[in-house]
Amino acid sequence: MAVFGGRRRDDNPALPPGQYLTESFPVLSAGPTPSINTEDWEFFIHTEAGQTHRWTWDQFIALPSEDISVDIHCVTSWSKLGTGWRGVSLDTLFAEVETGFDFVMAHSYGGYTTNLPLGELLNGRAWMAYEYDGDELDPEHGGPARLLVPHLYFWKSAKWVRGLVMQSEDNPGFWEENGYNLHGDPWREERYA
Amino acid sequence: MDHLDGNVLAGPSTDLFAFDPTTTQCQCQSCADIATLGQAMVYGQPMGFVARCRKCDNILIVIVERAGQKSFNMRGLRWLRIADHARNDRISAED
Amino acid sequence: MTSRAIGWLTGNLARAHPLTASARSITFTVPGWPGNDAGQHVDVRLTAPDGYQAVRSYSIASTGTGEEIELAIDRLPDGEVSPFLVDDLELGDTVELRGPLGGWFVWRPEQTQPVQLIAGGSGVVPFIAMTRAHASAGSSVPMQLLYSLRTPDDALFRDELSQPSATARTTWHYTRTVPSGWSHSAGRLTADDLRNETLPPEQVPLTYICGPTGFVETVSHALTSLGHAADNIRTERFGGT
Ligand SMILES: Cc1cc2nc3c(=O)[nH]c(=O)nc-3n(C[C@H](O)[C@H](O)[C@H](O)COP(=O)(O)OP(=O)(O)OC[C@H]3O[C@@H](n4cnc5c(N)ncnc54)[C@H](O)[C@@H]3O)c2cc1C
Ligand SMILES: [Zn+2]
Repeated sequence: MAVFGGRRRDDNPALPPGQYLTESFPVLSAGPTPSINTEDWEFFIHTEAGQTHRWTWDQFIALPSEDISVDIHCVTSWSKLGTGWRGVSLDTLFAEVETGFDFVMAHSYGGYTTNLPLGELLNGRAWMAYEYDGDELDPEHGGPARLLVPHLYFWKSAKWVRGLVMQSEDNPGFWEENGYNLHGDPWREERYA
Repeated sequence: MDHLDGNVLAGPSTDLFAFDPTTTQCQCQSCADIATLGQAMVYGQPMGFVARCRKCDNILIVIVERAGQKSFNMRGLRWLRIADHARNDRISAED
Repeated sequence: MTSRAIGWLTGNLARAHPLTASARSITFTVPGWPGNDAGQHVDVRLTAPDGYQAVRSYSIASTGTGEEIELAIDRLPDGEVSPFLVDDLELGDTVELRGPLGGWFVWRPEQTQPVQLIAGGSGVVPFIAMTRAHASAGSSVPMQLLYSLRTPDDALFRDELSQPSATARTTWHYTRTVPSGWSHSAGRLTADDLRNETLPPEQVPLTYICGPTGFVETVSHALTSLGHAADNIRTERFGGT
């Protein structure tokens, strides 16, 4: 009798429970890939006081950036170790932002949304990434720029991000509203609601 | 994984309706296009099934399936129109 | 015949044979199977000993009543499910099946419109069911198949499609390697190929296109440019690019 194993879910200590290692970079999108011209691109952070902080592409790219090497974990069970990115820390983007709200809704070109606690975006844990593996970020992987929040399942690292809106409560984003976990910690296997 | 056709919704919606939704006519909330659900474009696998309007990409239906539970969202549909054959498509062999 | 069972059924592998170096025909006995229309698919669910599950859709090559269904699976080298179904599954093994599924990408013998089928690679599988249904119903509706594949060795069901008794004519198109003496050179289907090898818009055919997502996109756009109405084109994308 043949026994189905599926992709081997390893005991590798670098892998969260239920994950397998992949060398490829699978693409998962809730919709078509938007084509975004960096001339039209804009990124904003909107606060409860009605303030909107805006960056054009040139302003964004001129901010201090860093090389990032992190492991990423998709809720569909693949993990990729030591991925290399370049991007701007959210600490930098939030430096001038004043807010009393604890939660963030990320909005993307194409309409995708995902919710995150502000505390988990700060202190060197999250970036706006615009390069992958030394090259500009491919549109199918979220280019020109995507969120990179590697300590949460990868659906939280929204592709094609255009803005962050502060919210007083942890209102669900797109997948979260449709049955996925509000938080999404791979080490605690927070896959579903 | 690139997108699929609305036909693929027939599986995850089996236990949701007494009819086969992929052969029903429906109208997009956003652009008013009327089409058979089988003509929608389906993204989002393997996280879920995100069916979008063939004309304007508006999200018509979202289904997330996992062991023991299913989440179903029809937020982008104005209506579904069910023909008798769609109901017959769903009558189980045991009936 | 279009009725359907609710929930997951058990399929018992009754017969299997290789179709090409990478593809295999697998026939299951499925107690409770209500029969199926040509063009429908099933969802196949596999469960690992630790509870992990994978579900994939497969078109049904067989048609009609009876508790047996034939699938034809092409192995994707990095795939999770297809290598298991092609290389590992043994006679007597069971899988879970949900179906028959879908009522849109089907051909029923009572249809009267001329039919053009266009397949890319393993996208020929639902058309095997349609040509079988066409033959067994003795349908007089014109039905023809344009089958695009990489090399002559990649053909699924070549013998069956080439039989003199086949009621639907098959036109073969090769994208990488052509048989010796072939008049057409290897290459992707072009708008000209489609104009020359498929039923023209004036005959108002119902055209079915099936195969990898990229193939289906290219061919369906080309057909609408040739003047076919979008509502006379039905598509089944298999995924991939
Ligand atoms: C309605 C429907 C009917 C189908 N009928 C058949 C059929 O009759 N015979 C058959 O062999 N397949 C069929 N497929 C495709 C099948 O469902 C699987 O996608 C395929 O077997 C690959 O599964 P996997 O687990 O082996 O690969 P996965 O592990 O899912 O994918 C491995 C890699 O291959 C890519 N990929 C996924 N699907 C395809 C594809 N179709 N072509 C190229 N690359 C791909 C993925 O993006 C990924 O990078 C059908 C699909 C649909 C939606
Ligand atoms: Zn629409």
